[in-house]
Amino acid sequence: MHTFAYHRPANTRQAAALLAKKETKALAGGQTLLPALKLRLTSVDNVVDLGGIKGLDAIQAKGRNLVVGAMARHAQVATSPVVKKALPALAALAEQIGDPHVRNAGTLGGSIANNDPSADYPAACLGLGATIVTNKRKIPADRFFKGLFETALGRGEIILQVVFPLPKCAAYMKFPNPASRFALVGVFVADFGKEVRVAVTGAGEDGVFRAKDMEAALKKKFTAASLDGIKVPTRGIMSDIHADAAYRAHLVGVMAKRAVAAAGG
Amino acid sequence: MSATGIGARVRRVEDQRFITGRGQYTDDIHRPYETRAYFVRSPHAHATIKSIDKRKAEKMPGVLAVLTGEDVAADKLGDLFCGWMVLSKDGSPMKAGSHPALAKGKVRYVGDHVAVVIAETLDQAKNATAEVKVDYGVLPAVADLRKARDPKAAQIHDNAPKNTVYEWVLGDQAAVDAAFAQAKHVTRLEMVNNRLIPNAIEPRAAIGEYEPGTDTYTLWSTSQNPHVLRLGLSAFIGLCPEHKFRVISPDVGGGFGSKIFIYPEETVCIWASKKVGRPVRWTAERSESFQADAHGRDHVTTGELALDANGKMLALRVKTLANLGGYLSTFSSAVPTFLYAPLLSGQYAIPAIVCEVDGVYTNTAPVDAYRGAGRPEACFVIERLVEVAARELNMDPAELRRRNFVTQFPYQTPVASLYDAGDYKASLEKAIQIADYKNFGRRRQESERRGKLRGVGFSAYIEACGVAPSNLVGQLGAGVGLWESAEISVTPTGMVEVLTGSHSHGQSHETTFAQLVSDRLGIPMNHISVVHGDTDKVQFGMGTYGSRSGPVGMSAIVVAVDKVIAKAKKVAAHILEAAEADIEFKDGKFTVVGTDKSAAFGEIALAAYVAHKFPTAEIEPGLKEHAFYDPTNFTFPAGTHICEVEIDPQTGVTEIANWVAVDDFGTVINPMVVEGQVHGGIAQGVGQALLEGCVYDDSGQLVTGSYMDYTMPRADNLPSFKVDYTTTKCPSNPLGMKGCGEAGAIAAPVALINAITNAVGHEDVPMPATSKAVWHALQKTERRKAAE
Amino acid sequence: MPTVTMTVNGRNVSVDVEPHTLLVQALREKLRLTGTHVGCDTSQCGACVVHVNGRAIKSCTMLAVQAQGADVITIEGLANGSKLHPMQEAFRDNHGLQCGFCTPGMIMSAVDIVKRKGNDLDEHTIREELEGNLCRCTGYHNIVKAIAAGAKAMKSGARA
Repeated sequence: MHTFAYHRPANTRQAAALLAKKETKALAGGQTLLPALKLRLTSVDNVVDLGGIKGLDAIQAKGRNLVVGAMARHAQVATSPVVKKALPALAALAEQIGDPHVRNAGTLGGSIANNDPSADYPAACLGLGATIVTNKRKIPADRFFKGLFETALGRGEIILQVVFPLPKCAAYMKFPNPASRFALVGVFVADFGKEVRVAVTGAGEDGVFRAKDMEAALKKKFTAASLDGIKVPTRGIMSDIHADAAYRAHLVGVMAKRAVAAAGG
Repeated sequence: MSATGIGARVRRVEDQRFITGRGQYTDDIHRPYETRAYFVRSPHAHATIKSIDKRKAEKMPGVLAVLTGEDVAADKLGDLFCGWMVLSKDGSPMKAGSHPALAKGKVRYVGDHVAVVIAETLDQAKNATAEVKVDYGVLPAVADLRKARDPKAAQIHDNAPKNTVYEWVLGDQAAVDAAFAQAKHVTRLEMVNNRLIPNAIEPRAAIGEYEPGTDTYTLWSTSQNPHVLRLGLSAFIGLCPEHKFRVISPDVGGGFGSKIFIYPEETVCIWASKKVGRPVRWTAERSESFQADAHGRDHVTTGELALDANGKMLALRVKTLANLGGYLSTFSSAVPTFLYAPLLSGQYAIPAIVCEVDGVYTNTAPVDAYRGAGRPEACFVIERLVEVAARELNMDPAELRRRNFVTQFPYQTPVASLYDAGDYKASLEKAIQIADYKNFGRRRQESERRGKLRGVGFSAYIEACGVAPSNLVGQLGAGVGLWESAEISVTPTGMVEVLTGSHSHGQSHETTFAQLVSDRLGIPMNHISVVHGDTDKVQFGMGTYGSRSGPVGMSAIVVAVDKVIAKAKKVAAHILEAAEADIEFKDGKFTVVGTDKSAAFGEIALAAYVAHKFPTAEIEPGLKEHAFYDPTNFTFPAGTHICEVEIDPQTGVTEIANWVAVDDFGTVINPMVVEGQVHGGIAQGVGQALLEGCVYDDSGQLVTGSYMDYTMPRADNLPSFKVDYTTTKCPSNPLGMKGCGEAGAIAAPVALINAITNAVGHEDVPMPATSKAVWHALQKTERRKAAE
Repeated sequence: MPTVTMTVNGRNVSVDVEPHTLLVQALREKLRLTGTHVGCDTSQCGACVVHVNGRAIKSCTMLAVQAQGADVITIEGLANGSKLHPMQEAFRDNHGLQCGFCTPGMIMSAVDIVKRKGNDLDEHTIREELEGNLCRCTGYHNIVKAIAAGAKAMKSGARA
């Protein structure tokens, strides 16, 4: 990879100042950034390692929310007794990201800041209506994900934590890409009683999206059968060698039903 | 059987270094003052090179040289070559296009070698390659072999009109036509044998080092056959005289065929080392492996099987289009011809067979031997046809096979192969029994109750290993003989060094070869060491591929060991003061027949070296013998695999519910090792059938250029396998061995596709049968049902 | 050039690296611990797995500078002197390797699986947990057997 200057700030203020520079990237778990640098798909002048900032990986249940620090590693979320108790669907999702080694390094903040259209976490954030807390503001998930690898984050803005409202029940169902093991299709469903949310990753040409007609049908009755007859349109659905749009759209329906069933609906 | 003798499950000698991280692979080796090479590769599938401006790159920090095709030409290096001449049906020679180590004037696939930068560090070399300015004249490209002969398709080599390398035929066309005219039933299939990327987990690597003081060259290389590499680089490419050139293949991390060939990268490393006066090292990045390792398979075939009213096979007609890529790789021409058509008779007595093969160039990486090499493709053709014929005739697929098995040996097929021994029914029946085939219907119902589809598929495969004898392969166009050499060097203390021309890159030679010698000489295994992979140590060797190390490599060892015993008997006769004819050798002891006078192997070894007690005018001192062993025939491993699958119709995901393999490999030296070979072979076959498929887009860009898109079989894609044996000894070599390295990869794909089509309910399922493909196939099933 | 100080296989080491030097490069090229291998460039093959502060990671996807102060164990540090780790023994006993190239990563992953999932591992769990390790030789059959056996053997007091 091309060389760069490496910084390891001790707090978010220093980190933000460093990240305000041009050609600078934050290094969280590194599981996307480092391969991209290795393959010279990207190059930067500065790498700001967030690993030296204490407390960014805390996980706490706070009232009706689960608060997960941005630097919490996937393995931490997957095995955290707090997450398993408060929001088992999130622990289960984290357990399915990448492979054990990636889960030991990759982080929640790194994943959603990258907003890979096939990543798992964006589905949980959108499906739970999470709030992304940065050093500057609080961003609702509905306004955070802005298309392929694009987010609402500005320069010098660092994700500190993600606040997940706790649903009555929720589940994530993933159909992995056979090669990369990213989500070919992943569907997160959450029943909040007054609201049902369904978020789909891996399938959308613009990244993670909400399946509004599924939400409406499930709000009437939160059961897999409510999704019978809802055909996911192929427009806007990704097509590649692993799944053409017709197959992917079909899988969205199958995974959604399975998620609802797994959530107990 | 002793604890370490033939047939024992001996733990591997080589494991100690591998499990402790002390293996020595090429990239683990460092030479003083070494430099790094990095290649400028073509981003285009087909383009002229109008100019290369390397001035800026040459001035970059750390850069020692930037070399291009002009430099290769200036130094008069010969082209990379294809070592097997295949003649077209009209007698004309194949159209081998020019293949310089660095492209001159034109590039022919994405990843083709345009220039190389030699620098102090890899980073510096990579930085400089970005500054080598190549002005390409982009040409239309053809990547799909079905379009290669289109009159409007791009012309890849000037000397190969319509991109045709050869139009080859084997068999009796008239006899086949006559038989088809009499047939009651004809089964016809169009089949695509998908293109694969080998993906040994160790990427290819090379270190070239020129020593000016002695004018000698050393090349460390990830080669399956170091002597052949040396021969090719010396005799054909003309790098340096053979006797001044040492090639070392140290520990090699898997080959699967892809490390047989002579590639541009190692050629450049050894050539450039003289130019820069320092060692030059190169290790492929995985992306480079995807682009520029020789790929495998890539056939489009029409097969027709003619049967009579009783299901007796009458004739087989096969027409294959084979993709050979942008250049002819080292043995590429033989793979879809001589390693393919002679196996089309399968395990069956088919009176008439004809096979036509047209080999074509495309703007893709060269295609050459990959585990099985031609034989998986042949097995796929015949075993798909047989299974589908059974379905069309409403016969049990096992029964149709039984009715047509070859049962008398030797059996001359109409496609040149002379089957020497086998019992095909025995392996079929054993597999049926282990797979509990009779209760398949019950399991299918049980699956259906859970909303799943279940299918079963057979593969009664045959293959050929140890391609030989040399005079025959010579007549068929091979540029080399396919014998093997061995040397047994006994030290004065009775320790034994076994030098073999075979090469282990996972096959366990250090264990199994020592086991053989231990068994034969009656000495402990830890008194034996096996040496391979170094042209300065081993006299010569043809290397390891085509499952030849057992039947050919070990046979050579047997011949050499027997010579050692014969010589030692002469010495023993003097030591024991008896006639040579009265000396018996057994269990490591020389005994005078009928007496208790004896001497241990070690004592005779010492006596041979001190040479005090025998006339050296008659018997030379020392105890060291060698052999060059040339087999009299191919060997023909065969067996039956039965695979059972369960498909989730909602997602198209196929799960392998059961896998049974019953193989006849003849004599087995170490069943643990052999079963390991079978497991690995099946996994690669499952990979081909279910997961792996190399994809180029229409412009010739490689879509599956990394593990993000090329699906490698992982542990969770596979079941545990049930592996068993039947045994008929091979009559053409002293041990009765047949070879086992490729059987799994040959048998597996068609078993799986037969099972999946059985579950899906029609034959139109492509390979790889990914979940996407199976789901679409199931939509077709639904539409058919709806139409009925 | 930054200097990284870390503990590798119980030994304190200081290495000069570039900011962009990967941990695997530091191990292989600076410390000549060549048992840790590189088999891909997309962080998938797992030939480079080592333990950093007790966690199995891909050393091709971590900067050497990130290992400042860390405790690193590689395949060379797994055995206790000449006494092999039970997982190493299990791979040999069960023919869990052929060419040996993926083996160091497999063994390091296997030890980590046992730490996380315990000593009684069923086949399904082992296969799922091997998602990040590719082998082209064995078809995984004997690797799965080896890990199950190694996990059991680790129960009897062996260190991880």
